[in-house]
Amino acid sequence: MLTLGRACLILALAVSVYGVGASLYGARKGNRAWVASGRRAVYAVAGSLLVAFAVLEAAFLRSDFSFELVAGHSSTTTPLFYRFTAMWSSQEGSLLLWATLLGLWSSLILFLTRNKLREVAPYAAAVLLGFAAFFVSLMVFLETPFARTLGALPAEGVGLNPLLRHPSMMIHPPMLYSGYTLFTIPFAFAIGALVTRRLGAEWIRSTRPFTLAAWLFLGIGVLLGSRWSYTELGWGGYWAWDPVENASLMPWLTGTAFLHSVMLQEKRGMLKVWNVSLVLATGVLAILGTFLVRSGILDSIHAFGASTLGVPFLVLIGVLVAGSVALVVSRSRDLRSEHRLDSVFSRESAFLLNNLVLVGICFVVFWGTFFPLISEAVSGSKASVGPPWFNRYITPLALILVLLSGIGPAIAWRRATLANLRRTMLGPALFAVVVLVALLVGAGVTDKPLALAMFVFAAFVTGTVFQELWRGVKARRAMSDDSVPMAVVSLIRRNRRRYGGYIVHLGIALLFTGIAASSAFQQARDVDLRPGQSARIGSYVVTYVKPTGEVVAASNGRLERIDLGAVLKVSRDGEALATMRSRRSFFPSQAPEFGPISRFFEGEATSEVALDAGVREDVWTVVSPDVRGLLPSVKEGDRVFAAAREGGKLSRAEMDVLLVQALRGLAASYASDPPAATFRLIVSPLVTWIWLGAIVVFLGGLTALWPAPSGATRRVSAAYAARVARELGRA
Amino acid sequence: MDPDRKRTLRFTIALSCALLLAGALVYTSFAGASEARSPSQLVGAAKVGETYELTGKVQDGSITKDGVTTTFRVRDRDGNVSVPVTYTGAVPDPFREGREVIVDVRKQGATFVGEKDSLVTKCPSKFSADEQS
Repeated sequence: MLTLGRACLILALAVSVYGVGASLYGARKGNRAWVASGRRAVYAVAGSLLVAFAVLEAAFLRSDFSFELVAGHSSTTTPLFYRFTAMWSSQEGSLLLWATLLGLWSSLILFLTRNKLREVAPYAAAVLLGFAAFFVSLMVFLETPFARTLGALPAEGVGLNPLLRHPSMMIHPPMLYSGYTLFTIPFAFAIGALVTRRLGAEWIRSTRPFTLAAWLFLGIGVLLGSRWSYTELGWGGYWAWDPVENASLMPWLTGTAFLHSVMLQEKRGMLKVWNVSLVLATGVLAILGTFLVRSGILDSIHAFGASTLGVPFLVLIGVLVAGSVALVVSRSRDLRSEHRLDSVFSRESAFLLNNLVLVGICFVVFWGTFFPLISEAVSGSKASVGPPWFNRYITPLALILVLLSGIGPAIAWRRATLANLRRTMLGPALFAVVVLVALLVGAGVTDKPLALAMFVFAAFVTGTVFQELWRGVKARRAMSDDSVPMAVVSLIRRNRRRYGGYIVHLGIALLFTGIAASSAFQQARDVDLRPGQSARIGSYVVTYVKPTGEVVAASNGRLERIDLGAVLKVSRDGEALATMRSRRSFFPSQAPEFGPISRFFEGEATSEVALDAGVREDVWTVVSPDVRGLLPSVKEGDRVFAAAREGGKLSRAEMDVLLVQALRGLAASYASDPPAATFRLIVSPLVTWIWLGAIVVFLGGLTALWPAPSGATRRVSAAYAARVARELGRA
Repeated sequence: MDPDRKRTLRFTIALSCALLLAGALVYTSFAGASEARSPSQLVGAAKVGETYELTGKVQDGSITKDGVTTTFRVRDRDGNVSVPVTYTGAVPDPFREGREVIVDVRKQGATFVGEKDSLVTKCPSKFSADEQS
C-alpha cells in the first residue's frame, strides 16, 4: 500500500506538470483539444490524490504501523473518529489533505466553466495545476506521507496528541484548508483574466460561489480554532494573536473586503485595480498562512521547530508576489474604472471605507505577526509585540467596521440625500440610543467606553438589518397575500445574496458584542483549594466538593489514560446553580526510557474544562491536580515492575493485570487523600454570543451561497432588464 | 470646488491619515515590543525592572510549586546556561521539564518574574521536525 500511495503522488506530480504545459500551449495556440487535455489533467490529479488520501486514511483506520506516519500520530487506543482525523495532525498528512482539497475544488470549478471563460480558464487551470505540482512535489521529494517504519514494527503507536482530541480541532483543519484552497481559485482566474486582458466581471461572477465558500469555510475554521482554544487549552481565552491564528485571519480579512468591493465592479465597473489586487493578495496570504505553520520562520507564541519546507514556500510566495505585481502594473490601462465616486455619502463610499478598514486591520495583523523578523532586520534583535499592541489598533478599527456594517446596507447607491439618510438611519439610530441609555442607566456600563460603543454600534446594525427586512416584507406583502413569515421566507429566497449578506451582518454584530463583553468584563483568578473549600469569582461561589481518580481503557481493552479531577459546585446568593467536573487526563509516553507507571506521568496531559455556559455569562474552570505526592509511589511501582520483568516470574498478561491494579491504586489514593489542587476560575459574559453569532454568520453565508431558484433568477433578470430599459430611456 | 481639485484634496487627506497611522503603528511596535532573549543573553545583561521575552527549555528537575506559584529554571535550547523564573497562575497543559517555553519576564533581584498569563508552552498542533524525532 505504501508503494501505491507513493505511485499516486508521483503520477499526480507528472500529470500536474503535463497539465500546466498542455493548458498553456492550448491557450497560446488557441487549440481546444490541448485546453481540454489540460482540464482533464486537473481531474486526473484530483483522482490520483484522492486514491493516495484513501490509502493513507485506510492505514490510519486499521492502525497499520508499517506507515511511519501512522505509528507516529495514531495508536490502537486512539478512538476511531480521531484515528480517521489523525492524518492531518501531521505535517505530511496535512499536506496531502491540502493538495487533495485543491484537486477537488479545481476540478469542480473547471468542470463548471468548461463551456465558459474559454480564454481565461486554461490559464487558471495552469495556475491551479502549478499549485498542485508544488504541493505534490513537497510530498514526493521532502515530506512523504508514505515513509516506511524503519526496523521492527512497533506494537503500539505514539497516538494522537491528546490536546488534539477534540471534535472541533479535527474539523478545523479541513475547514481551514478548504478556505485556503478555495481562495486559490479566484486567484487563478484573476491571473487568467489579467493575462488575457478579459477584465470584465464574468470571471468574478463565475468564481463568486467559490470565493464565498472560501470565506465561509475559512471563517468556520477560524471560529472552530477559537472554540477549541476556549474549551480545551486550559487558559480560558479564545484568541491570543498567535502567528498561526493571525495567518488564517489575514486572507479572511482581505477576502471579506473583496466580497464587498466586487459589488462595485459588478454594478458600476469601479475599483477594478483594487479588486484584482485584493484577490491576488488573498491568494498569496492563503499560501502564506500555509507556509507560516510549516516553516519555523517565526519563533513566537507557539514555538515552532525546524522544517525543510521554509525555502520552497518562500520561493513560491516570492514568485506569486512578483508575478502578481507585474501583471497588475502591465494591465493598469485595462483596469481603469468605468465610473467615479459620485458622493462621499453613498454606498460606494461606505464599501470603500469598509475595504480600507479591513485592509488596515490586515496590515496591523501582518505587521504584528512578522514584527519579530522586521525588528531583527532593523535592529538586529528579535522582538515581538503582544496582545495589548494588537488590541490598541484592532479595537477602534473593529468599531468602525461594525458601524459601517450598519450603514452599508441602508445608505443609497451613488448619492444619498438628507431625506434618504433620515429615512434609513433614523430608526436604527434611535434603537441604538435606547440601548445606550439602557446600558448606562440600567446596567451601569460606564467604565468601559470602547465596549459600550461596540454594544451601541451592534444595536445600530441590528436595527438596520431588521428595518431592511421589514421594508422588504412590507413591499412583498403589498404584492401578495403572504403571511409575514411566508413573506420573510419568500423575500430571502428570491434575494439570497442581499439578505444572506444582511444575516451575516447580524451575526457579526452578535459576535462582536460577545467579544467586547467577554474581553472587557471577564473576571479570572487562580486559586489553590482543598476539598470543602470555596472561592468567590464575580457573584458566584465555587466549592471544591471532591477529587476524582479513574483509569480509563480504550475500546480494545488497552489502558488509554489516567484521569485526575475534581467535582465542583457553583452557587450564587446561596442557591446551587450547577455541578461541574473538570479533570486532567494523563496519556502514556511511548518513550522507552520511562517505567511502566511513570510513563503515564511523563507523556502528554490535557485538561478537560468544566463549563457552565449561559446566554448571559459562562462559568469556566479547569483543575491542575498536584501529582507530586504520587511520585514516590510511581517510582516504587516502576522498581517493582522492573524487578518482576528481570526475574521473569510473571507473564505479559499477568504484568498487564497488575499494571491496571497499580494504576487504579494510584488513582484511588489521589481521590482518597488529595493535596490542594490549583483551579483557574473565570466568569465571562456573553461568550455564547460569539458562537451564536458565528452560527448566524454561517447561516447567512450559506443563504448567500445557495443557488437562487430558477424562477427567482428570471424575475431578477426581468427587474434588472426593466431598470436598464428605464435608464436607457432617460439617457 | 472643481471636482478634480476636490478629488486631489480627498486623496491627500486620506493618504496623510494612512501615513500617520502607519507611522504610529511602526513607532509603537518598536517602542512597546519585548525583545526575545535566551537565558545566556539575559545572564549578566538583564536590567532590573526591564521586560524581556524569555525563550528556552524548562530545565530538568527544576520545577517546584508553592500554592499557585511555580518556580522553575529556563535553559538555553542548545546549552546549559539557565535563569530562575517564578510564575504565578495556572501553567499550560503541555508545561513540563524539557519543554520549550516562551514567557514574558521582568527582572526582580536575582530572579525573573513571569508576567500573568504570558507563559506559553510549545503547541502540539504545530508541525516540527523535532516533534517527529
